[in-house]
Order: sequence, then structure tokens, then C-alpha cells
Amino acid sequence: MGRLSSPQELEKYGNEILSARDPNQAFITVCGGTGCHASGCHAVVDAFKKVIQEKAKGNGVGLRVTGCHGFCERGPLVVIYPQKILYQKVKPEDASRIFQETVLKGRILENLVYEHPTTGEKIVAEEDVPFYKKQMRIIFGNNGNIDPTSIEDYIAVGGYRALAKALFSMTPEQVISEVKKANLRGRGGGGFPAGLKWEQCRNAPGDIKYVICNADEGDPGAYMDRSLLEGNPHSVLEGMVIGAYAIGAHEGYVFVRHEYPLAVVNIGIAIQQARESGLLGKDILGSGFDFDVKISRGGGAFVAGESTALMATIEGNVGEPRAKHIHTVISGLWDRPSNLNNVETWANVPLIINQGADWYTQIGTEGSKGTKIFSLVGKVNNTGLVEVPMGITLREIVYDIGGGIPEGKKFKAVQTGGPSGGCIPESLIDLPVDFDRLTEVGSMMGSGGMIVMDESTCMVDVAKYFMNFLKDESCGKCTSCREGTKRMHEILTEISEGRGKPEHIDLLEELGWVTAEASLCALGGTAPNPALSTIKYFRHEYEEHILNKRCPAKVCRALLQYKILSDVCTSCGRCAKACPVEAITGVQKTKKEKGKPFRIDPKKCIQCGMCFESCKFEAIEVQ
Amino acid sequence: MIPFTIDGQLVEGREGGNVLEVALDAGIEIPHLCYNESVKPYGACRLCLVEVERHGRSRMTASCTYPVQEGIEVFTMSEKVLRARRMIIELLLAMCPGDKLIQDMAKELGVNQVRFKQEDKDCILCGLCARVCEEVVGAHAIQFAFRGDRREMIAPFQGEAMNCIACGACVVICPVDVIKMKEQGDERTIVRWKRTLKMKQCKVCGNYFAPHFQLEKFKEKAKLPKDFFDVCYTCRS
Repeated sequence: MGRLSSPQELEKYGNEILSARDPNQAFITVCGGTGCHASGCHAVVDAFKKVIQEKAKGNGVGLRVTGCHGFCERGPLVVIYPQKILYQKVKPEDASRIFQETVLKGRILENLVYEHPTTGEKIVAEEDVPFYKKQMRIIFGNNGNIDPTSIEDYIAVGGYRALAKALFSMTPEQVISEVKKANLRGRGGGGFPAGLKWEQCRNAPGDIKYVICNADEGDPGAYMDRSLLEGNPHSVLEGMVIGAYAIGAHEGYVFVRHEYPLAVVNIGIAIQQARESGLLGKDILGSGFDFDVKISRGGGAFVAGESTALMATIEGNVGEPRAKHIHTVISGLWDRPSNLNNVETWANVPLIINQGADWYTQIGTEGSKGTKIFSLVGKVNNTGLVEVPMGITLREIVYDIGGGIPEGKKFKAVQTGGPSGGCIPESLIDLPVDFDRLTEVGSMMGSGGMIVMDESTCMVDVAKYFMNFLKDESCGKCTSCREGTKRMHEILTEISEGRGKPEHIDLLEELGWVTAEASLCALGGTAPNPALSTIKYFRHEYEEHILNKRCPAKVCRALLQYKILSDVCTSCGRCAKACPVEAITGVQKTKKEKGKPFRIDPKKCIQCGMCFESCKFEAIEVQ
Repeated sequence: MIPFTIDGQLVEGREGGNVLEVALDAGIEIPHLCYNESVKPYGACRLCLVEVERHGRSRMTASCTYPVQEGIEVFTMSEKVLRARRMIIELLLAMCPGDKLIQDMAKELGVNQVRFKQEDKDCILCGLCARVCEEVVGAHAIQFAFRGDRREMIAPFQGEAMNCIACGACVVICPVDVIKMKEQGDERTIVRWKRTLKMKQCKVCGNYFAPHFQLEKFKEKAKLPKDFFDVCYTCRS
């Protein structure tokens, strides 16, 4: 394909691609997302390549390595077209059978099909699997349909048509008004109306303006933006070009962390392809509008995702936030008007322009429109990425999509909003998920992390874990944030190690208040959330740790007591051998002697749990 | 000039100015550590917190980085402000219990006990030394390193500050006086930055008056004649 110099040429090219493709042709897609990569999808791809070459000799069986499908728990995922048969946990040695049986003869391989965990029902079609059924994959769905390194694939699914529409049948003002009408709110966590931001940036004085894509996703366990940028980079790019047109910007940046190598590669390929196709660079699609994008790679600091810190990083400075009393839309990157949106926000834009704000606003709640991608992880059966309409309840996400809690354990809480989000208890599980409701209960949407916790999770330990992350990731500029998070972590450590004092809870609350109120940026502003929300909903757990020196979830090691039940102990002596500190004594049985039950000396015990692990007779009890 | 009020008192600030400088000019004392009028406001210590009411909405913010705006109402002693300020000084005192200025400020704010484990740091991480070195001197000899609670003000790679001209601006500006300068014979040392430079002798009085390295930098920057610094400041005037 050469340069496309008009919307008609784009349309014609799109039709050519489609007409060259037979919709009924057998087709194998393998998920190449990061999750499946980790579970070995590349060996599966190689196996399919070999089989297709040997058996089909190029006669019309397609193979496509796609972006992340979301159902990472069951990877590597393979979907066979045109029937859309989903095979999960596929191994390289399955390739030949899948090809012989399913691709050639249309037979289903029962052992690779998803089985409903409770009913045992075998579910063949991808869209019938409960994990996908309640999702609404308008942003993420194409990940499974396209090869992210192929601009043809993106154009084949309707890509860049929104850009053509915006450039040739809408004024920049109309584009802004459509995005405003759609009430698209920033998906990076802030939830600020994107259209309003664009308008402010457009109206800001200055000839040079910048458009920035924030792909510095840093929440532990969250990988929505990563998977979008890896799996469908052109959708993000198309959104950016439309935004730049609306704002009047001619230069843009994608700020992506270096730890996302595949995302860096794929967005790089997409930029190159878009440039060569006349969809980026000078005179886009012959419209006379110029816009180009550079990639700026981040070093991995969590705080660099904050807009002003991100801009400082692009400028080559230390990623440190600054006061935003003059907004970045007026004075941002190199003191010029700059519009920054998150990966997912940009990916929403083509959809809004294509389908219209009226269609878009039908999805979601009063204040939050559209869908949101969550990274559903933790103690839940179906971990992965899920895209759901705003307003869906936490219960639906955890139980219907997530398949509930593994090993029949009891649900305890769900942590939303990444490290500085909050823990939402079971009593609020019917909460509709949107920007405002999550904030109301002391958590936040954040960029979409969702960590499910069960009864074996200790909330003090959870707060300590996140506070440790935040104290490390605070840039350290503001006293309140640097010292506040450090001291909160210190106190949480004291509590979890049995040195908690009754006044510690009040002190945590006071520190939390100051950290949030006095710090400059949103990192400090939300950093106390893990501590404050767990105190709010799980105060009794804190009190148990402090007053009774007990960890109800049996997680905080220093508070555990191991005991050998003398009536169950067989005097085998295995535990004494396992104990690294020789805290266990007794008389081992021999062929002649019965032996005597073993005992743990609590003074010597370091609560490592080795004895517990080693005992074959369940004679060791943890308290 | 832009009119607004601080604690009910009508004040005026210049366009582009900040609330703290206006308050200090008007004789309204707001405690601060990382602000100094010779460098750009930074907003790190958070002691100069005030409550600002604008369009009927109130928020707490650092006054050094808050731009002067017409009609805002600033409160420097509200209950919230004092509550936050006390905690911040307590946190600083726990971090640097030996700093006299921090001890005095804590006392003044009514903080008599520290509820956290005491550390033995001396630097309060206000960043004034690096800012004066960069913005006023132009030497860029020192900078913050590391993130979060590991943050430190250091010379590059914690070695000798090779760009340091031993001018002593950081020594003077440090609010807690932990950057020391020593002069012995023909040598001047900035102890904290491990920087020792040979000094030049005045052709008239014979005193050692400034490091060679510093004078060479000045000559280069200001395009001064070769023999400009042969005589010390005192003897020249």
C-alpha cells in the first residue's frame, strides 16, 4: 500500500482488504498478549506455523498472532474461526490435533474447551464463556481480531474511518463538542472530562501545542493500558490524531514505560505504518492537517505517570510533579499548552466519532459514560482484563465475570484504584462501579486495577504492602508525602509485628489526613487511602492486632503461634528436622519405642511455618 | 497590582507573584523553610500551607507556589492549617532532631513531643542549595537523587562535586546550617560536597580570597580580562 491521500482512497483500500479475505475461511488466532506470552504462547504459534506449512502447504489456512484477549488465567488462548471456537491452556503438542480435527473436520476437542467450574458444562464459543458474556468489549474487543503489527488488519475492522470523518466532515469545534457530549472522562484515574480539557487547550494562547498519551501505567497488577498499546496500537494513535486535530496540535508524544517492551515496539511499528500510509505526518489523508508523534520512554517511576512529572520527564528532567495552579492545558510541556490523556481515553475517541455521542451515552451511568477496562486480579477464579459498562456492580464483576473466589473461600474485599485506591468491603459489593460512587466509598476508579481479596487476606498486611510501595514511589519532594507515607508504613509494620499501640489508629488517621491535604500532587493526595479505607471498614482487624496481638487472617507472621497437638502427634520427628532453629523437641518413635509427642518452644520459634508444612498428620495448629 | 486579602487584611501583589511573598512583605508571618526570595518557589517543605478561598471554594495549598489572584481570601492560621503544620514540623523534627531551627519552629508551633522513631538526619531536603547553585550561581554542582524516603541531596554519584566552585552560596542559603565551609591556608573546602579547591592569593594584601577554579569560571562567563582577579575584592575597592 502506498500513501493514502483522500478518505475515498482509505475506503477503497479498506474494501480491497475485505474483498481479498474470505469470511468463511478457516483461521487460527493465538493470543500473543503478555499474559499468554508468559504461559508459553510463542511455542504454540511456532507449532501451528509448522503444522500449517506441513499439512496445508499454504492452501488457505490463516494464522494470526493477536493482542491480549483478556482471559489470561486460561492462556495460551486459541480461537478458531469462522466458528469462534475457544481453546484454552493450549500446548504446542495440541497444535497438530487442533489442525486435523477442528480446522479440517470441524470437530471439537473436548479437553481444550472451557468447562464451567460449577455446572461442568462445556462451552465452545468464545462469546458464550461467562467470563466474556457480561463484558462489553467495545474498546478491547478488537484486540482478539487483529494482528497489532498490521495496519491492514486495523483498517479491515474499520480503522482510521473516524479520523477521515473528523478531518473531512467535522470542524475541530464539532469534534470537541461531540466528545463533550459523550461525556468522556479521563480513564487514567482523574476522571476529568476529556472534551473540556481539549476545549481549554484549543482556546489556550500559543501556536505550538502538544498532545500526549500517558502510557506510564504503574499500578502493581494493572496492565490495561499495556495490553491496549500492545494489542491495538492504531486505535490509540487514531484517537490522538483526532484529538490533535480538534486541539490544533501538530506534535505529540507517547510516554510509555521502558518496562513494556512489546508496547514500545508495537506503538513504534504503528507510528511508522501510519506515517507511510499518510495517516500521520504531513498532510494527513490529503486534508492539509499535519501531526506527528514521537515516543518517549519512561524509566519506570510510578510518579512519572502524574501529568506534570510526566512532562518534566519528557523534557529530560527528573520526574517530579509541580504545582498545577496554572493548568497544563495552558502551560505544560516546555511551558506550552499541552493536552494529556491516558491510553484508554484515546482509544475511546475513534469510537465516539464513529458511532456518535448519542450512541455512546447510552452506555454507563449518569455521571460516567461508556465502558472501563479493569485488571481483575487476586483471589478470583478468572483473572484477566475485563471491559465492562460503567455502572455494573462489583458483585457482577467478581462473581459473574470473575467466577467467584477460588477454593470455596469467602470474599472479603476488593481493592480498586491501584496502590492508592481503597479497599471496599463485602457490605458494599452491590455498589455500581463508576467514578463518583467509588470515590464516595473512599476508594477510586484509578486507572482500573481491581484486586480481589478473600478471608485469608489480612487487611493490615494489605495496607502495609501498598504503603511500602507508595513510600518507595513518592518522588520525595513534599515533606507530607515523603515522611507521611514513610511513617504510616512504619506504624503499620509495628502493628503487624505485634508492637502496635492503641493510639496508633488515631495517629494513622491524622497522618493520613495531613498527607492527603498537604501534599502537592495526586500521589500524596491519595496515598493514605489503603490505610484509611482499611481502618474505616476493617477497624476490628486493626484492634485484634493491637489489643490481642492476633492476626485473624493468620498472615502477620510475628503474631502467629504454632502448636503441636499432642494427641494427634505421631512422634515421627519430621517437624523437628524441618525446624531451622531447633525449637522443636520430643522423643522420636522407633521400631521398638513409641516415642513422646513433640513440643515447640515458643521462645525459640521464628514462625517460619516449616513445621506446619512438613507435618503429614495435621498435628500442627496455627493460632 | 492585584488586590486580595490575607487573614482579612487587604493586600496587593504583583502579577505573577505568589501569596507567601506578599504576606511576608505585609509583615504577616507564615512559617517556611524551602522558600527564599532569591530562587524560584518550589513547594517542598509544605510548612507555608494556607487555606485559600476562591469562588466560594476553599482548599489548603502551599502559599509559596500559589499565584496571586484577584479577590482570593487567604487564611494563614485556620484550624486546619495549624493542624497540618504541626504534623509537618513533627515529621521534620523526627527526621532531623538535631536541627536547632526545626526545634525552635516546633516549639513555636506547640509541638512538644515526637510520636515517631527519631532518625539522625540533618538535611531537611528543602532543595535550596541545589536551586541557588543552579539558578543563581549556574554551577549545577549538586542535585537530589533517589526517590521517596531514600531521597538525598548529593554531589554526582556521592563523590566530589566536580562542578562546585566553592562559592559558598549553598552554605549561606541552607536554613538548617548543615553545609559547612572550611578555609585552611590556601584551601577552601565545602565539606558536604567533598570539594576542596586551591585559593588565589591577592597581589596586594597577600590574602587568599577565592578559589582559582571559581575565578576562572567567572572570568569565562563574564568575559573578563585575564588579570581581573589578580587583586582581591577588598583591595580593589
